[in-house]
Amino acid sequence: LNTSLSTPIFRPAVSVGNVGQLAMDLIISTLNMSKIGYFYTDCLVPMVGNNPYATTEGNSTELSINAEVYSLPSRELVALQLRSIFIKYKSKPFCEKLLSWVKSSGCARVIVLSSSHSYQRNDLQLRSTPFRYLLTPSTQKSVQNKIKSLNWEEMEKSRCIPEIDDSEFCIRIPGGGITKTLYDESCSKEIQMAVLLKFVSEGDNIPDALGLVEYLNEWLQILKPLSDDPTVSASRWKIPSSWRLLFGSGLPPALF
Amino acid sequence: MAATFFGEVVKAPCRAGTEDEEEEEEGRRETPEDREVRLQLARKREVRLLRRQTKTSLEVSLLEKYPCSKFIIAIGNNAVAFLSSFVMNSGVWEEVGCAKLWNEWCRTTDTTHLSSTEAFCVFYHLKSNPSVFGSCPRKNMQITILTCRHVTDYKTSESTGSLPSPFLRALKTQNFKDSACCPLLEQPNIVHDLPAAGVLSYCQVWKIPAILYLCYTDVMKLDLITVEAFKPILSTRSLKGLVKNIPQSTEILKKLMTTNEIQSNIYT
Repeated sequence: LNTSLSTPIFRPAVSVGNVGQLAMDLIISTLNMSKIGYFYTDCLVPMVGNNPYATTEGNSTELSINAEVYSLPSRELVALQLRSIFIKYKSKPFCEKLLSWVKSSGCARVIVLSSSHSYQRNDLQLRSTPFRYLLTPSTQKSVQNKIKSLNWEEMEKSRCIPEIDDSEFCIRIPGGGITKTLYDESCSKEIQMAVLLKFVSEGDNIPDALGLVEYLNEWLQILKPLSDDPTVSASRWKIPSSWRLLFGSGLPPALF
Repeated sequence: MAATFFGEVVKAPCRAGTEDEEEEEEGRRETPEDREVRLQLARKREVRLLRRQTKTSLEVSLLEKYPCSKFIIAIGNNAVAFLSSFVMNSGVWEEVGCAKLWNEWCRTTDTTHLSSTEAFCVFYHLKSNPSVFGSCPRKNMQITILTCRHVTDYKTSESTGSLPSPFLRALKTQNFKDSACCPLLEQPNIVHDLPAAGVLSYCQVWKIPAILYLCYTDVMKLDLITVEAFKPILSTRSLKGLVKNIPQSTEILKKLMTTNEIQSNIYT
C-alpha cells in the first residue's frame, strides 16, 4: 500500500448506531473510491457479501469482506471500512495492528469517524451542537488552526467514574467502541489523529451519518460547500445500494 | 438505553456490539493474575490434524500429503447429508484425516483426551480419481463450500413468507471464473456464519478460486427437501463427474432421514 506523505486515512470506529461506518459508506460511495486492498485480521467476525457499492449488474459481483481499504488518489485519500464487530478481547490487539500499519504506511494523519451515546450527555452538551472533535497533541499546527477557525466544539472531559463525585476528569467516549483506545494509543505513539463524532441514539442512523459527513466536509471540503438549504445536503451524498432493506424484508400481505 | 411501553428504562443491546463499558470494567476487575490465567488458557487452544482415526498427528500439512485440485466443504447437517448421499456415495472415498480442536469450553483438559467421535471435521479423498483431493498441484485448487441459512435471514422487498424455499444462492471469489448454477447472492444480503464466511474471506484475500453455495430453507434440521435443493450443484464443473448414481443417492438419503427421525423421537 503506497501512500504519499500527505495522505490522510479515514476509518470508522464500530460505535453506537454504526454511524462512523455509515458515514464511511457515504464517502466511499459518493467519491466512487476504488478498492485497493484488504485489512485481513482475525480480530473481526468474518463476513462476506457482494459489492456494497454496486451501481450496475456488471460491478455487482465483486466479493467484499469485513475490512477493506479504498483510495482516491486524486484527493490523496485512503479509507478503511470495517463491516463487523470485534471478537471478545480482540479490540485492543486490533488497535495495535491498525496503528502500526498506519505508522508504517507513512500516511499523514488518521481521521476517525465515530459516535457516542446521546443519553450520556451532560446538561451543557444537551444544549449545544451534537458534534465533537478531538485532536492528538502531535497534530500539525496548521490543522489545529484550521479546526479552531471552524468554531467546532472540542469533546469535553467528564468524570472518569461517573458515580463518584470526586473522581478525576478525563476524556470518555461512551458507546464509541475502540475510539478512546485509538485516541489514547495515538497520543502515546505520536500519531496525528483527529476524531470526529456525533452524539446519537440507536435507531435509523442515516440522518446521523449524513450529519457526520457534512461535519467532516466543513473541514476537508470533499464536496463543494453547502448552501444554507439543509434539504440539499441529503441529496449530494450517494446512498450505496447495500443500504436497501436496512430494517428487514417486505411485510407479508396477510398481516393486513 | 430504551424505554419500554410501561415507562421503565432498560439497557438495550448496542447494535454495534460495543459493550465497551463492560469490557473496560472487566479489564479493571481482572487482576494481572486473572489475565495471565486467561492468556495461558488461550495459548492452550489448538487445532490438530490427525491421521485417519488414529491419534497420530499428521507430520506434514494435509495438503502437502494429499495435494488436491477440488476441495469441497460442507457445513451444517443438510449440507453434510447432501455430500454424503450424493457425492461421497459414488466412487470410493477414503478417510484421510480429521481435525480436532480444543479450547477452554471443551470438557477435557486437552486434545489428547478427545475421543475419536469428537472430531469436528473429517477429511476424505476420492481413491479412484486423484484429481479430486489428489495429486494435482495446489495452485489449480478450487474450493466449493456448501451451507444453509434460515430463510428469514434473506432480505428481499417481498415478504419472506412468499419465497419458494428452499432455494440456492451463490457467492464466488474474484478468481473463480466458472459460472454458478444459481443466481448470485443479491444486495444487501451477506453471509456471516463463521466457517463459511471465514473460508470465503480467506480465499478472496489470497486469490484462491472458491464458491459458496448457500441454501436458504425454513427447516434447519435434517430435511429431505432442503438436501435435494443442493442438486443443481451436481451439474457444475466443480462436481461434474463425481456423481454416478442419483437414484441410489436418493435412497441413501431417505435412509439417513429415517435413522435421524427415530433418534429424535422424544418418546424412545
